[in-house]
Amino acid sequence: MVENRPFGNILAHLILIAGVLVIVFPVYMAFVASTWDPATIANGKLGLLPGPYLVENYSRILFEGTGRTTRAHVDVMLLNSFVSAMIIATGKIAISLISSYAIVYFRFPLRMVAFWLIFLTLMFPVEVRIYPTYKIVADLGLLDTYAGLSVPLIASATATLLFRQFFMTVPDELLEAAKIDAAGPLRFFKDVLLPLSRTNIAALFVILFIYGWNQYLWPLLITTRDDMQTVVIGIKKIVTVQDALTEWQLAMATAILAMLPPVLVVVVMQKLFVKGLVETEK
Amino acid sequence: MEKRATFSNKFLPYLLVAPQLAVTLVFFYWPASQAVKESFFIQDAFGTTSSFVGLENYRTLFADPYYFHSMGVTAVFAIAVTAASLSIALLLAVQADRGIRGKMAYQTLLVWPYAVAPAVAGVIWIFLFQPSLGYFAHLVRALGVDWNPLLDGNQAMTLVVIAAVWKQISYNFLFFLAGLQAIPKSLIEAAAIDGARPTRRFWTIVFPLLSPTTFFLVVVNIVYVFFDTLGLIDAVTGGGPAKATETLVYKVFQDGKLGGDLGGSNAQSVILMIIVIVLTSIQFRYVERKVTY
Repeated sequence: MVENRPFGNILAHLILIAGVLVIVFPVYMAFVASTWDPATIANGKLGLLPGPYLVENYSRILFEGTGRTTRAHVDVMLLNSFVSAMIIATGKIAISLISSYAIVYFRFPLRMVAFWLIFLTLMFPVEVRIYPTYKIVADLGLLDTYAGLSVPLIASATATLLFRQFFMTVPDELLEAAKIDAAGPLRFFKDVLLPLSRTNIAALFVILFIYGWNQYLWPLLITTRDDMQTVVIGIKKIVTVQDALTEWQLAMATAILAMLPPVLVVVVMQKLFVKGLVETEK
Repeated sequence: MEKRATFSNKFLPYLLVAPQLAVTLVFFYWPASQAVKESFFIQDAFGTTSSFVGLENYRTLFADPYYFHSMGVTAVFAIAVTAASLSIALLLAVQADRGIRGKMAYQTLLVWPYAVAPAVAGVIWIFLFQPSLGYFAHLVRALGVDWNPLLDGNQAMTLVVIAAVWKQISYNFLFFLAGLQAIPKSLIEAAAIDGARPTRRFWTIVFPLLSPTTFFLVVVNIVYVFFDTLGLIDAVTGGGPAKATETLVYKVFQDGKLGGDLGGSNAQSVILMIIVIVLTSIQFRYVERKVTY
């Protein structure tokens, strides 16, 4: 900054610390609640420190199920979330890579039609076509399957646009050199473009994994069996809002487990995450 | 922009675009066209026959006071969340951009809620504000407020706004920080030499130069409130009490649930499509503008 203002810097630290507290405190309290017994919570006696029931609560939701409300174990839900998030993220990246490769490096009739068809999917989020899409998935017999959870979500205009933009910046000389060396289109894709796209792929993967993991409406519609639920929709079934008997310590333990994988991805791969976020939105 | 050098191959490019096109046609365009088509039909109670009724579904919709109510709810929700999360995020981003120590640590501690699913965030906030045992509910009670979001519509709205803002600050913070870092330091130095104090520099230089970012974020936040908060509302209030938190998207979801009013639900979907098309076009126009900025 221009001038050195020690007081201003202290104020900046104070404001940022207050911001961090506002952001962190709710989740900290959720963690604290997940380490106590129902009686302490129900009596409103929950303090600010973790209690002695951590192992008991977490092992109960993971291995014994959540009791009254759902029969599925949280470990099954976590697995479902993980599998569908992985299929969604890799699927989106794979089909977007090859379709933007076709659009940038080939001239063919209907090329721009294909581009616009992909691009305009931005205009149709699941939320505006809920029931017709559900009907198609039901007609295809994909309810309660991993394919049903992931395939309808893997078309990606943003990923296609991102790769297209990136391919445009790759120097033409690389393609010319590859052609002189008699490399075919698949060889060029595999040995030149893919290695160059590595960082972009990784950054996009971080964003898309979070996107897939946090899906709500779609898994809610197309899963009916408890053992196909993802953890994000499973948690809602533990909390029955009108019911004062909700087992909050289990609900909060599930919430912590539901957020842990995507949050870890963001924290551990922060650079890639920021890159992915900024680039997919532009 | 076109590539000078390309491959020539008759079949390969079609093969390469086929998977993506197949998914878009089967799961995007077909259902979207069905939604448009079915918005002109009414199904009987058993879902066996449907008859063409023209604009009847739309007429019913616009005669339905609940639909306008739901528009109002969405507007209030969108304005509250956008205004609050943008101002808090801007305040924090400006502090983090002052060149103070520990910037990366602050960034890490502020951005992770992006990764928390809206429904999960919602469940945590219900717990904290649960009337009989919630930590914050006790504090609010101590201030003399008769707190019960299960019965009071305004309090329910406050609760979903808080949860939605909490989750959205991280996103806005990152974009504001990137926007602030892109402002040339020489401009600020020049103003400082001319004797402008930090507050004045902020409002006359930084804030105007940040306006493309701000405008972009306003659009993104409105889209977020419209669509991504469905899980949050479903988990926190279920649209209640008495439809006080029923947004447009949530109403589509509710009305079509269990094969209820599909024609009406589809008519609402079509109106939402128009809204998304408008919002996305604005967003992309902005991107074009920014290139020449």
